[in-house]
Amino acid sequence: MFGLDKKDTSLLMIVAVLTLFAPFILNPFPTGSGLAQFNAGYPDLMQRFVIFGIFAIGFNILFGLTGYLSFGHAAFLGVGSYSAVWMFKLLSMNVLPAILLSVIISGLFALVIGFISLRRSGIYFSILTLAFAQMSFSLAYSVLTPITNGETGLQLTLDDPRVLGVTATADGSIPVTNLFGLEMRGTYEMAVGPWAFQFNIGYYLCALVLIAAFYLAIRIFRSPFGMMLRAVKSNQQRMNYTGLNSKPYTLAAFVISGMYAGLAGGLMASMDPLAGAERMQWTASGEVVLMTILGGAGTLIGPVLGAGFIKYFENIFSKINDNVLHGWFSFMPDGLEDFVVFIVHPFIGKGWHLTLGILFMLVVIYLPGGLVEGGQRIAGWIKGNKQSDAQQSETKPAE
Amino acid sequence: MDAFLLQILNGLDKGSAYALIALGLTLIFGTLGVVNFAHGALFMIGAFCAVTVQKILSLSVETIDPDKTDFLGNPLKVKTPYVENWFGPDIGGTIIDWSVPLAILFAIPIMIAVGFIMERGLIKHFYKRPHADQILVTFGLAIVLQEVIKYFYGANPIPTPAPDALNGVANLGAIIGMDLIYPVWRIVYFCFACLIISGVFAFLQFTTFGMVVRAGMADRETVGLLGINIDRRFTIMFGIAAAVAGLAGVMYTPINSPNYHMGMDFLVLSFVVVVVGGMGSLPGAVLAGFVLGILESFASMEWAINLIPGINQIIIYLVAIVILLVRPRGLMGRKGVMED
Repeated sequence: MFGLDKKDTSLLMIVAVLTLFAPFILNPFPTGSGLAQFNAGYPDLMQRFVIFGIFAIGFNILFGLTGYLSFGHAAFLGVGSYSAVWMFKLLSMNVLPAILLSVIISGLFALVIGFISLRRSGIYFSILTLAFAQMSFSLAYSVLTPITNGETGLQLTLDDPRVLGVTATADGSIPVTNLFGLEMRGTYEMAVGPWAFQFNIGYYLCALVLIAAFYLAIRIFRSPFGMMLRAVKSNQQRMNYTGLNSKPYTLAAFVISGMYAGLAGGLMASMDPLAGAERMQWTASGEVVLMTILGGAGTLIGPVLGAGFIKYFENIFSKINDNVLHGWFSFMPDGLEDFVVFIVHPFIGKGWHLTLGILFMLVVIYLPGGLVEGGQRIAGWIKGNKQSDAQQSETKPAE
Repeated sequence: MDAFLLQILNGLDKGSAYALIALGLTLIFGTLGVVNFAHGALFMIGAFCAVTVQKILSLSVETIDPDKTDFLGNPLKVKTPYVENWFGPDIGGTIIDWSVPLAILFAIPIMIAVGFIMERGLIKHFYKRPHADQILVTFGLAIVLQEVIKYFYGANPIPTPAPDALNGVANLGAIIGMDLIYPVWRIVYFCFACLIISGVFAFLQFTTFGMVVRAGMADRETVGLLGINIDRRFTIMFGIAAAVAGLAGVMYTPINSPNYHMGMDFLVLSFVVVVVGGMGSLPGAVLAGFVLGILESFASMEWAINLIPGINQIIIYLVAIVILLVRPRGLMGRKGVMED
């Protein structure tokens, strides 16, 4: 289907089902039950899942296929957000032109940065991209304040022109983002017994974009172009010796992944029309690296899993506090209970970054293929070793 | 002219910090061939050694002073640090006052130990993995170290003042007949950095150990074939590099109150410094550290900002980009080191 073989089609279907039914899947616990805090099925968080999924898919096209480790990808996300918000300010509150512009602008931006950075490879490339991203961040904070609104961040105001739309709604408030009239914040709630499922229009827009982005990524992975990028990763020198100029290919990969980041930034601004410089900081770039590695670099579904995993932890894990822990361990004798809570305490709540760091190190050390490799190994054990040898899954790292 | 000299001085103290961190990074890279993203975290741990020493020294015993009462008539509780009880108020007070310099003594063994544990426990397993993996695992380690420090010391900066005697300002210009008011501690920091840097260079240049290490940097395999346990020496060099970063952190605390993410802030810049200086070149790292520090302070002068707005924020990155493109090997990079 769609020019994909059977395995890729089923992979695409899995992603499509996961995203489209996310409001159900992420809401397994009835509201009001003790486990309800593990529900992630509220629009704000689900939007972040898919947006960062898109971001990580794009990053993976560069890092997973070519092996070029960029530490400055958040800059493209930031540029995308800024251009989308400017579209809302100047043109109209329709998200379509905003997203289009953010993809185009960040693509151009990636073209310039990529053209310069790709003249070097290895660690030099990482540091060049890092330098560019930090430069953009500093500039957005200071000199470019007329464009970026500095520390406050770029926001919509009541006196924006919005030539194709309205400056303010009838009741004098800022209009909301929409897609030809469909308001992004519109949410339909469905109550089934004790469960409350939320279907958000903005989320479904993001989900459709994610499915499209994922489909495109599969096509890129399977295309001769993707093959060329893998060849660059495994031995660039040999590629050059065969008389092939690999630079246009890597540059194209860089621009594509920059455009994915811009798309994510544009969607982010469409869901919540503001943009701040901190989105461009290098820690934000580090985050997408974490997502991709954690999920499995070079695999198709890995980055999406990694993005979901990290965002889930960030929002759900960090909400667990000592009281919740005491509730869980209340079956233990008092002294032991306090001790266990004391031990677990540094890793939860505000300390979830610590858990993330440890997890990330463990993955890099023991599971270079990320969660996907972990899943494959477990599947291998279950099926028996014979089959796991023959297993040529499409999610094999592009080594 | 005064302003000119003042900017050079301003650049020197930041440049010293860059140079010290970059020196450690280059030592690790030159010996072990590992790109250490956790080096900023070592700098931060050093700074928190100073905080710890200060806290330990000011541990106090609470006694009730029968002679004095507070405004409600209750007996007044007086806190006296233990050191003042043991050594008398004069010497005790001085010890607390000088806690930052004293922390150096405490930080050296701690940092060397941290370096050993890091190298033996983690980095050893990454020699044969690609550079990207090394970057990633040390990046993860940096996050972990940072979060551990945050857990124990909180997220707010902790002020650690310099000794009173070194806390003021001095008129440096008096010698040459000009007016140059400058904080004493920054001069101390610069001198300290020079001392450490020359110490490291002397160690590498004039001791047998240093000679072996230099030989190992040039050709690790041959040195190994000569029956020298080069791995053990490289581990020791890692400890020394960690100590250099740690000491840079200890002495930096009075300039900038340490917080848990100071390491990351410095790390990015130090990497840029290393690349500008040339991967694997020790003199290059030191030179680039000072040059970039001074350039940064010049760029924050008024005329520079008027000329190109925002130049003070981006000058270092701009220089790095130009250097990498024009002279990919860096200012003093050696041939054949990471030249892909």
